[in-house]
Amino acid sequence: MKHLLSAGDLDRDEALLVLETAEKLRELADRPIKKLPTLRGRTIVNLFFEDSTRTRISFEAAAKRLSADVINFSAKGSSVEKGESLKDTALTLEAMGADAVVVRHQSSGAPHRLAHSGWIQSCVVNAGDGSHEHPTQALLDAFTMRRHLGALDGRRVAIVGDVLHSRVARSNVLLLSTLGAEVTLVAPPTLLPVGVERWTCATSYDLDAVLPKTDVVMMLRVQRERMNAAFFPSAREYSRRYGLDAARMAALPEHALVMHPGPMNRGMEISADVADSTRSVIVEQVTNGVAIRMAVLYLLLAGAGSAVDDTVPEQRRGRA
Amino acid sequence: MTPAHDPPGKAKAAVGASRAVTVQGEAARSVLDEADIARALTRIAHEILERNKGAREVVLLGIPTRGVELARRIGERISAVEGSFGGVGALDVTMYRDDLRLRPTRVLGHTEIPESGIDGKVVVLVDDVLFSGRTIRAALTALDDIGRPRAVQLAVLVDRGHRELPIRADFVGKNLPTAADERVVVSLRESDGGESVVIAKREPVGEGTS
Amino acid sequence: MTEKFVLKGVRPLGGEPTDVILRDGVIAEMGAGLSGRGAQVVDAEGFILLPGLVDLHTHLREPGREDAETVETGTLAAALGGFTAVFAMPNTDPAADTAGVVEQVYRLGQEAGRCDVQPIGAVTVGRAGRQLAELGAMADSAARVRVFSDDGDCVSDAALMRRALEYVKAFDGLIAQHAQEPRLTEGAQMNEGALSATLGLAGWPAVAEEAIIARDVLLAAHVGSRVHICHVSTAGSVEILRWAKAKGYPVTAEVTPHHLLLTEELVASYDPIYKVNPPLRSAEDVAALRDALADGTIDVVATDHAPHPVEDKECEWSAAAMGMVGLETALAVVQQSMVDTGLLDWAGVADRMSTRPARIGRLAGHGCGLDVGAPANVTVYDPAASWDVDPAQLASRSRNTPYAGRTLPGRVVATFLRGHATVLDGKPQ
Repeated sequence: MKHLLSAGDLDRDEALLVLETAEKLRELADRPIKKLPTLRGRTIVNLFFEDSTRTRISFEAAAKRLSADVINFSAKGSSVEKGESLKDTALTLEAMGADAVVVRHQSSGAPHRLAHSGWIQSCVVNAGDGSHEHPTQALLDAFTMRRHLGALDGRRVAIVGDVLHSRVARSNVLLLSTLGAEVTLVAPPTLLPVGVERWTCATSYDLDAVLPKTDVVMMLRVQRERMNAAFFPSAREYSRRYGLDAARMAALPEHALVMHPGPMNRGMEISADVADSTRSVIVEQVTNGVAIRMAVLYLLLAGAGSAVDDTVPEQRRGRA
Repeated sequence: MTPAHDPPGKAKAAVGASRAVTVQGEAARSVLDEADIARALTRIAHEILERNKGAREVVLLGIPTRGVELARRIGERISAVEGSFGGVGALDVTMYRDDLRLRPTRVLGHTEIPESGIDGKVVVLVDDVLFSGRTIRAALTALDDIGRPRAVQLAVLVDRGHRELPIRADFVGKNLPTAADERVVVSLRESDGGESVVIAKREPVGEGTS
Repeated sequence: MTEKFVLKGVRPLGGEPTDVILRDGVIAEMGAGLSGRGAQVVDAEGFILLPGLVDLHTHLREPGREDAETVETGTLAAALGGFTAVFAMPNTDPAADTAGVVEQVYRLGQEAGRCDVQPIGAVTVGRAGRQLAELGAMADSAARVRVFSDDGDCVSDAALMRRALEYVKAFDGLIAQHAQEPRLTEGAQMNEGALSATLGLAGWPAVAEEAIIARDVLLAAHVGSRVHICHVSTAGSVEILRWAKAKGYPVTAEVTPHHLLLTEELVASYDPIYKVNPPLRSAEDVAALRDALADGTIDVVATDHAPHPVEDKECEWSAAAMGMVGLETALAVVQQSMVDTGLLDWAGVADRMSTRPARIGRLAGHGCGLDVGAPANVTVYDPAASWDVDPAQLASRSRNTPYAGRTLPGRVVATFLRGHATVLDGKPQ
C-alpha cells in the first residue's frame, strides 16, 4: 500500500506485519545507538494543521531514528493561518520533494483528500484527522496490548468515553476486530454515534458491568466543553458514571491493563492513582509509539516503489 | 505491505514448493548433501577454534534466515570441544542494506546479541552463501551500532564468487564456481525441511542470496 | 420581422410525431405536413417536445458572488438545460430582501434575454431570521415577487414563520421553506447514519428536516396559507407530506435531481463535490423520493443549482461549500432516474418540471402546455442521445457538477423563449 489513512486499510496479515516489524525495531530502540541508516536521503514532512506536540514528536523521533530528513510544518503561525489552502500547501510540499507526508488535520478526511487529489505523489500517513481516524495510535495500542497479553484473539477490550468525537476509538475498533479482539464501547448514549450498531463491536452504557470481564480498559479523553453542548450534565456526574478510579480498577481482572491515548484529564475520566498505578501502561504507550511509527515509515518508504498493490479504490472523478 | 522477501506463514509454503520444483528439475544439480554439510560445519568449527586459539572470546552471529541456524550448529560443535565459549546470536542487517530501494520491502529478521556483548570479542559472522558481499558490508555497519569487537571474521557454508566488494571469507564450507545467472539454494531442516545445497538455473525475482 | 420556426416530426410530450410552427411568440400551428413557408426548419424527427422548463429553485449568485455565477451565465446554463424560466433565490450579497434588489435581479434577467428570471424575495431582513422583510413592497415591485424564502437558512422561529405565512396571503404569496432545524444540524457535514459515524463527519439527521416540515404543514393549515417545501430529501419527509396532502393541507414540495440519483456512499471519497445541503441520503430515501415524485406527493423537480468557485470545492471536506450546479444536467438526470425507470412518462415530466412549478410560483406565461395559441416557450429534447459530462464544457461559470465523468442520457436540442430560439442544435443562440 502507498498510504496509511485508516486502520481499516490493513488486513490481518498486514497489521501483523506492522506489529512484528515494530517488535524488531523496539529491540533496536533499546540499544545505546538508536539511529539506523535505512531512510537516509528520504524526506518526511510532518504537516500538522492541529497542535499535537506528542504525536509530532513521536513521528519526528521515528523518522530521525531511520535517518530520514524531517521537515516540520506547523500550520500555526504559517501561511496556512494566513488563508493558504490545503491544496497550495500540498503543492509546496510536492515541490520540496517530500517522500512521505505525515498529516494531522482537524477536518475528517483531509489526509484522504491529500492522498487522492493528485496534488502530491508522496506517501500519506494519517496522524489523526478530525473525528475520523488515528491509525498509528491504534497500532501502538495493539502493540502495547500484545507485549503484555500475547495474541489478541478473543481478548476483551473496553473503550470508554467520548466515542462520538474520538478518532482513536474508530481506529481501534477497526484494528482490534481485525486482530480478533472483542471490543466493547462504553459511553453515555449521547457520546455514541448514531449508526454505531453497525460497527464490529458491542456497546454498553454501564461501565461497572463491563469491567470484570475486561482484559484491557482504554479510557478516552473527555473534553469539558462537551458538557456545554449537553452531552452530559456535569463533569462530576460523568466522572462518577464513566470515570476510572481505584474502586473500579479493583473490579478488573488481575492481569488487565489500563490505557489512555493521552493527553489525560486526571480527575475526569481517570483518577490520578489509576493513571500512575502498576496496571497503567500509559507511559509505555508513548515509547511503543516510536517503534510503531518507525515500522510504518519503514514499510511505506524503504522498499522499491510501493510494497504492494495500491488497495485504495480508484477515484471516481478527475477534478473537483 | 505484503513483503516479497522471506514472507512469514503461508507464503513460505509457496517458496518451498518452487524450491522443490527447481531442485527436481533438470537444471538443478546437487552440490552438498546432508553429510557434506555436517562435515563442512564441523571443519569450520575446528578452524575457528584453531585460528582463535580457543573459543572464550568468540561470539558467533548468524545472519537471518539460514545463517542463524548455521551459527547455532557451529556453536554446538564448538561447545562440544571447548568448555568456555562467548556464545551464539543473530544479527539482522536489513535496516543497513544499501539495496532496499531496489526490491520490495523486506521483512525484518531477528537480532539477538549474547548478554556479554561483543566489545573486545572476536565476532564471527555466519551466513549460508557469500555472493556480492553486500550483506556482509551491511553486517559490518550494523556491528558498528552494537559495539566494538576486537576482530570480525566471516564463516560461510558456500562461497559462490562474483564479489562486488573487497570482502572475503575466513572460513568456507565449499568454494563453488557458478555462473552469474545460476542460483545457489541452501536448504536446512529447520527452515526448508531438507538438507542440501544445489545449483539451479534461472534466478526467480526476490530470491537471490548474497 | 418576426421569427418563425417549423419543428418537423417532433413528438409533443412523447406522443405521435407532428409538425409545429412557432410564430409571433406563440405556438401558431400544429399538424402533419405543415410547410411553414419562410420558416427556419428544425429537423426534430424522433425528438420530444416539452413545454419550456421552469426551475423554482436556482442560485444565480448576482449580486455579490459574480465569481461563482452571474445572471448572464446562469440563464445561459438554464437555456442549455431546456429552461425558459428560473426563480432566483435571494441569498445574494446583499440579500434580495428589498424591492430594489429584486428589481435589479429581474432587470438583469430581462437584459440577458435567454430565460425569464423571476426573483424570490427573502422572508426576513438580511435572511437573519429575526424581522420580516418588506414582503409587500417586493410583491408590488416590477418584479412582482410571489415566492419568499430564506433558502440556505431555515425560518426556524415558529412565530415568525406563522406571521410570514399569514402576511403573504394578502398578495397570494408563498413561503418556500428550507426545512432544517438549526440546532439539530450545527456543524452538520453529511447524512447522519452508519456512514457518518464511520467517516467521522458530523451528522445531518433526517429528523431535522422532518420536524420542520411537520411543524410548517400544521402552521400552514392553521392559518390557511400556502407553504412550499424546498429540496425534500428523506423518506420520512415524504410520509409527512403524503399525510398532509391527504388532509388537504395547502402544501407543495420539490425534490432536486441529485437527490433522485445520488446517495451518501459518494461521501466516502471525501470529495467535497458531493457536499450539498440537504446532504445526499440513503438508497431507501432516493427510492421514496422517486415514488413520491411519481405519485405527485412531491409536486416538482427543482434544481437547487448552486454554483461555487473551484477553490471552494478543491479543499478538505469541512472547509468546502455546500451545493452543486444542476441546470444543465437536470433533465438528463430526471430522464435517467424517473423516465428510463418507468416511473414517469414525458407528460409527467412536463407536469413536474414546467406546469406545476409555474403554477406554484404564480408565474404567468410559462407552464401553459403545448396547445395552439399558447406562448411558444418550448424545449426540444432528444432522449436517445447520451453524453459524457465534462465540467469544462458547462456554460455555468462554476464547475461543481457531481456528474463529472458520468454518462447521462438525452440532449436538449433546442429551447425557445416566446418563439425566439435561445438554443438551437444544442448550442446557445
